[in-house]
Amino acid sequence: MAAIDKHKDMFRDEAQELLAELEVSLLELEESPDDKNIIGKVFRAMHTIKGSGGMFGFDDIVAFTHGIETAYDLIRNGKLAVTKDIIDLTLRARDCIREMLEESASMDRKAADEISAAFKAMAEQDGGKSAVKKAAAPKKTASAAPQEKNAEVTYRISFRPPKDIFLRGIDPLNMVRELTGLGWGKVVAQISDIPFLEDFDADACYTYWDIILTTDKGLDAIKDVFIFIEDDSQIKIDIIHTEGDPEHNAEKKIGEILIERGFLSHETLQQVLGEKKLIGQILIDEGIVPREQVQSALIEQQHLKELQDKKKNEDSASSIRVSSDKLDKLVNLVGELVTVQSRLSQTAAIENNIIFSAISEEVERLTTDLRDTTMNIRMLAIGSTFTKFRRLVRDLSNDLGKEIEIETEGAETELDKTVIEKLNDPLVHLIRNSIDHGIEMPQERVAAGKPGKGTIHLSAQHSGAYVLIRIKDDGGGLNTAAIRAKAVEKGLVTEGQELSDKEIFALILAPGFSTAQRVTNVSGRGVGMDVVKQAIDALRGTIEIDSVPGTGTTITLRLPLTLAIIDGFLIKVGAEFFVIPLSSVAECMELTCNQASQAHGRNIVNLRGTVVPFIRLRDVFRIEGESPAIEHLVITETEGGRIGIVADNIIGEHQTVIKNLGTMYRGVNCLSGATILGDGTVALIIDVQQISGEEIRKEQMVTRN
Amino acid sequence: MGKTILVVDDSASMRQLVTFALTGAGYEVVSAVHGKDALEKMKAAKVEMVVTDLNMPEMDGIELIKNVRSNAASKFTPILMLTTESQESRKLEGKQAGASGWLVKPFKPEELVGLVQKFVK
Repeated sequence: MAAIDKHKDMFRDEAQELLAELEVSLLELEESPDDKNIIGKVFRAMHTIKGSGGMFGFDDIVAFTHGIETAYDLIRNGKLAVTKDIIDLTLRARDCIREMLEESASMDRKAADEISAAFKAMAEQDGGKSAVKKAAAPKKTASAAPQEKNAEVTYRISFRPPKDIFLRGIDPLNMVRELTGLGWGKVVAQISDIPFLEDFDADACYTYWDIILTTDKGLDAIKDVFIFIEDDSQIKIDIIHTEGDPEHNAEKKIGEILIERGFLSHETLQQVLGEKKLIGQILIDEGIVPREQVQSALIEQQHLKELQDKKKNEDSASSIRVSSDKLDKLVNLVGELVTVQSRLSQTAAIENNIIFSAISEEVERLTTDLRDTTMNIRMLAIGSTFTKFRRLVRDLSNDLGKEIEIETEGAETELDKTVIEKLNDPLVHLIRNSIDHGIEMPQERVAAGKPGKGTIHLSAQHSGAYVLIRIKDDGGGLNTAAIRAKAVEKGLVTEGQELSDKEIFALILAPGFSTAQRVTNVSGRGVGMDVVKQAIDALRGTIEIDSVPGTGTTITLRLPLTLAIIDGFLIKVGAEFFVIPLSSVAECMELTCNQASQAHGRNIVNLRGTVVPFIRLRDVFRIEGESPAIEHLVITETEGGRIGIVADNIIGEHQTVIKNLGTMYRGVNCLSGATILGDGTVALIIDVQQISGEEIRKEQMVTRN
Repeated sequence: MGKTILVVDDSASMRQLVTFALTGAGYEVVSAVHGKDALEKMKAAKVEMVVTDLNMPEMDGIELIKNVRSNAASKFTPILMLTTESQESRKLEGKQAGASGWLVKPFKPEELVGLVQKFVK
């Protein structure tokens, strides 16, 4: 609510200014009624008040200004002349709007209605049927009629985008992807329209698509994808199969599909069937149907067949049990394969042999598929872990005499098996904390105006290459003053240090910190949160704490989907290679000696007006040699803000198989592992969070002294 | 890591609301008060998408769309225009100028975010 009110106030101030300007403009307009500029200003003022007013809930203003705006649009287009009456009327209207803005009770509704009617009459009398009134054929939006969860229907969508689609900033592939995202489908790109190179316009889209899609989302969801280009595109959507509908259920012959699509007549089919070859082949040979169309129909046939197979499979739910050792071995092998593949790609790039490159690209594609599939096998739904907590919550709350209910959401979210296993203990700890410290005793809750029964909400959701796990309670929230006092006592921060709420919350993750007034057998021994933090760090995850006093605390864990392979960003310093996890890379820029010297020896750079500190890997790892005149700066995002990492050269994206560093290197914080590059060189993986933490500490020391 | 979106509107409150909605969804927002300002801002920073009002002083939305399209660097940049329902005819104009999509005011912030996500992943 507060945010909306803030915006509303902002709008009020703005509208007041506009109204003041409007008054001036109107008086000017009276002097020179033909001045297009002033008319434009008046129109714009009305338009802005109306447009923004609607956004902030001033519906009366919207209704009121609508007529005035229409009238001034007519004036603007020369269809209506400015008269003294109009100016008088508009001035009175201005005063009405002002009253509406203040939402004053004394406002004169009748006057407003009169003015409205007068403007309306004006608009109707002159140029009544002008384009402006050709109002709003309401567009269907995504929110239209929630489709009931219904049967799966298979559609054949033929989508031919306008040639100039690229020039409107729309990527047709995005739409195709969005479509396939609705369900399960096959896409056939038709490329027969692509002309020879001399006639080829690189900005035009020649490709069109046939999409066979099985979905339960309904036709509206499909149409919504095309909402912006439906007028200009040729889009044809047919239902080819409906779940449980005997009409559609039979397996189709290719000839039938082509007849349905209108590429073949029934007679021709009969004639051709007299011969004994494969029907598709004959049709192509005889030139009756183009090859692409036959292929597309074949894919449709295949899709329908798979659909039926899938149905059969679902009936006999086939799965086998495999020991996890075997899986681990498979993952290791895939890891090795990825390494070899990158070597292959690298060699192919050097060899410059087209055939070789093609093979290498094919291998790369297959490897990526294999990697994703293998990782997928290791994925388990987090649901089973969630169910365990129901019992925990029930038993603990009974012990403590509290009433607590647990809600779960996103139990079907999948995570790597190892991650799930290692996540159990930290989650137990966090939930115990919520029960013990977070949620108050029933009588306290009732006194605070909350229901006596507390709630813990546990949810999991995907977010890119990460999974977010949230533990949210509606308890008393964190006590910032107590945390602060405790942190000062423990020497974690100094007395006068300025800290944001977030920073204060983060203090509870520090080693040896506990604010519980008494130690219960549940939690409060002060070994809690820092252990959680260590466990999450080990999973390469992060913890975020949010809390509102009296309303509750939310703890969000952000965990990578998998531990074994990440997408990395490869950079080079001197002769050494380093990998930065791609998920934390924000952007790259060049760093000239000039920029570096401007900061007077401090490692900071000006990035579009904000100061960003940077780290020289050359200094951190004591790499020998001179840095080049122009270095590259990789800007990364960390919990503590943005930080740059300076490299001599940027190599690019690199699929990184993570190898652990040996126990010898346990003390090295800045590195999270190593990987082997295509040519056998070892590249170290940088732990951006750790390295930036250390550098920021150093920087603070320098500033303080 | 947010992608940068340029928000163009002469109304400060609209700019604020749109900025609020988009930053909440993880985008970075650069704002401009009219078309000319927008073109300047696009020179200064890389913009992944433009969200523009139509009626503005100095240079209006349609003119801005044409300008963005005629520049080789932003030829394919998605542009979402914000219109009011009384401007149905201008929607066509914007489309012809090369707008990628439109949204009719008043809209819900979620609607805006949903549309922007269609263009900029």
